[in-house]
Amino acid sequence: MAEMWLNMGPQHPMTHGLWNLRVKVDGETMTEAEPVIGYLHRGWEKITENRKYPQIIPMADRLCYGASMSWSHLYCLTIEDLMEIEVPERAKWIRTIVLEAQRIGSHLMWLAALGTDLGSYTVFLYPVRERELFLDLMQNLCGARMTYNYPRIGGVRNDVPANFERDFTRVLNHFEKRLSDYEALCDQSTVFRMRMEDVGYLSPEKAKNLGVTGPNLRGSGVDYDVRRDDPYEMYDQVDWKVCVEKSCDAYARYRVKMDEMRESCNIIRQCIKKMKPGAIRVKPPRTAPKGKTGWAHVEDPRGEGFMYVIGNGDERPYRLKVRSPIFVTVSAAPEMLVGYKIADVPAIMGSVDMCLGETDR
Amino acid sequence: MIANGLYDFIYGIALWILQVVAWFFNNILAWFSVGAWFVSPGVVEFLTTLLVALVVFIVGFLVSITFIWEERKILGRLMDRRGTQVGFLGLFQNFADGLKTFIKEHIIPDEVDKQLFNLAPVLLIAMSCFMICLIPIGPDFFMANLNSGLLLVFAVFSLAPFAILMAGWASNNKYTVMGGMRAAAQLIAYEVPILLSVAAVVVLVGSFNFMEIVSFQQDNTWLIVPLFIGALVFFISAIAEVERIPFDLPEAEAELVEGWMTEYGGFRWGLIMLSEYVRGFAACGVLVLLFLGGWAGPDFIWPEVWFLIKMFMVFALFIWVRGALMRVTTKQILGLGWTKLMPLALINLGIAIALKMGGWL
Amino acid sequence: MERIGLAPGGKTGDVLAQDIAQRFQQGVTVTKSTHNRLYAKVDKSVLVSLCTYMRDGLDFEHVTSVSGVDWLEEKKMQVVYHITSYANKVTAELVVDLPRDKPEVDSITFLWGGANWHERETWDMFGIVFVGHPKLVRLLNPDGTEVFPFRKDFVSGRRV
Repeated sequence: MAEMWLNMGPQHPMTHGLWNLRVKVDGETMTEAEPVIGYLHRGWEKITENRKYPQIIPMADRLCYGASMSWSHLYCLTIEDLMEIEVPERAKWIRTIVLEAQRIGSHLMWLAALGTDLGSYTVFLYPVRERELFLDLMQNLCGARMTYNYPRIGGVRNDVPANFERDFTRVLNHFEKRLSDYEALCDQSTVFRMRMEDVGYLSPEKAKNLGVTGPNLRGSGVDYDVRRDDPYEMYDQVDWKVCVEKSCDAYARYRVKMDEMRESCNIIRQCIKKMKPGAIRVKPPRTAPKGKTGWAHVEDPRGEGFMYVIGNGDERPYRLKVRSPIFVTVSAAPEMLVGYKIADVPAIMGSVDMCLGETDR
Repeated sequence: MIANGLYDFIYGIALWILQVVAWFFNNILAWFSVGAWFVSPGVVEFLTTLLVALVVFIVGFLVSITFIWEERKILGRLMDRRGTQVGFLGLFQNFADGLKTFIKEHIIPDEVDKQLFNLAPVLLIAMSCFMICLIPIGPDFFMANLNSGLLLVFAVFSLAPFAILMAGWASNNKYTVMGGMRAAAQLIAYEVPILLSVAAVVVLVGSFNFMEIVSFQQDNTWLIVPLFIGALVFFISAIAEVERIPFDLPEAEAELVEGWMTEYGGFRWGLIMLSEYVRGFAACGVLVLLFLGGWAGPDFIWPEVWFLIKMFMVFALFIWVRGALMRVTTKQILGLGWTKLMPLALINLGIAIALKMGGWL
Repeated sequence: MERIGLAPGGKTGDVLAQDIAQRFQQGVTVTKSTHNRLYAKVDKSVLVSLCTYMRDGLDFEHVTSVSGVDWLEEKKMQVVYHITSYANKVTAELVVDLPRDKPEVDSITFLWGGANWHERETWDMFGIVFVGHPKLVRLLNPDGTEVFPFRKDFVSGRRV
């Protein structure tokens, strides 16, 4: 069969979010790939130029609605860097706990999507069932299940509810047992390993050069994690390890995320023990001087998230730039896809964990 | 036409019906020759055959629909949910679905090849329903018991790739063409192990006649005991032939939308889905007949009911495999079929020949 | 503060700042440096040589972000680069000023593939031309858009 360009998307059951993957196929093998994004572009950065600083926090939630706490927290970190505010200690502990819970929730959603891609609806329903527990925890904390609007510039919105430690400990104990079940369901399944091993190879040099970050980078053997190497919040006060795998294929990226879920449970447990009472918010100034800049980067569940802000002299930012990790990983997708078969596309793109909200902004 | 209990039963009914009609013609209209013709043996046999076919078809059809119910419930429980609840125990769901599908609009894309497009689902369901009539459910309940019954069932089973290729090509769509070719490759690849394991059974029994196969098993032993490998190969190949997960790449949602049936909507889709389950009925039926002793069982229940119980249990295994495993890619499917299942089937054939020559069976 | 995870043999931001300032006397002004941050204003003519030195000599492997800023009143555009070094755990911020009526700067895509889509998006939104970029076409805006939406004189709702 002659070579032809195939459009996988924009209306397609596999693509999580609205984007188009154009692949040039020779029979079943892909010779070129070109991702086309922009279907979900909302002009986020331009809108923020006309909003006051606190009004942008719920907007940041909607950047990636799958991991929304991570993005509103990143925004608050950026503005705290701009205005040079020091956040009280208890707020930092709470933020760390909540961020790690968000990481687990986001990774569970990724696992569910990977299950649908590979054809196993059981692997879809089990993580979603666990994620409900974490969403219930978040609902107890801040009242919302998805877009939380919980961090504030200078701290967090409210203190933890009653029975916080008890609920979290129960959920974590239950979850760790279930996580072993999922690992058994996937890792010990020859079919799963056959589909994920040796596909989507991304060498470490290419990964670093192409700007891939996060679990995708660590799945290629590069030992870099923003939480450890450029610490923020309370990550340097907690004893945890960075998960790295050496095999550079889709299976390595899957294993990194599964290990990260366990490490997150570990971090949350330590934070709950080490948390001290205290203030949870300081009052930030309303304005920032014109021309003053600030930036912050965090380890989003999908990679390195980064925001850069320039003040305008009044209550609104002059420019707010968002760097989303999946934006860059999608541009590196052709590197991972060329040479494999079309049937491998769901396995490869599923292991990358796409979220269109942050890509298109 | 070999007489059986059902035939005799229906003969009585048909005779009664025709006698009523003849009475009408004789006494009301006084057309005595026509009345006599109606009760002549030829006409009665013809009507009996028709009614027997109808009864067997309806029973087989209802059992296939019950398979769909069984699948929804068991798959639901595997995924920690209840499955369908419409009606008593969820039994009305399929009829509701059937009614919904029946009243949908007939949408045919403009650029399809209309004759082939319309012919493909008709061919598929016709072949599937033809198989219902060839599989005896009990010693007294079948439509036709041919001396080459087994061979005919597999001949009709193997017509599916034609219809699928027709459907895929006629839809005038890149995705469906690829899906159709993949489906044809898969089905053809898995016919070889199936036929080899069937050949082992025929070597031991010495006949293609289903009755003789079952009585052989009643006299000696269920053939699953000596031919265990063959039963396993048959089981796996049957899952591939019926295009279920883990072998449902031709209709892989994640990549090719619906594969070769993408362009079929409404009732045509309903017919295709139904034909998949009827083929599942045929595959389970043949497995039970060949390896699990057919309707052999203790006397306190009718043999037909034993047969159905065994079929439901085999189908429950099909469903369990679907719930636990993920889709396998084309390269891996074909590899599995040719390099692993075929040698096993050959070994099985060797065992059968050895048993026969040694005189143990 | 003790740096966790500082690679053995890694250099802090201050050391790197001195190195750069010494090597590029004209064209680069280091405004601030801490143990893990480095801020510099760079002239557009030395951008590529600075970036090549940073990648090859100072182990800056990763481009975090390339963003554009439109200073309408000051009649200039800025491109702000954030480049990270994994080996040294340092992030550098480079600010390049460009004249607003002809915003052109050399592309660094050939050095770091990660800058590819960032530069493409900056062109798409601001109109800053990256000379030497392999594919400078519309990314987020629909094909055929004729305006640059993030400019400060853009009236929203316009397509042409």
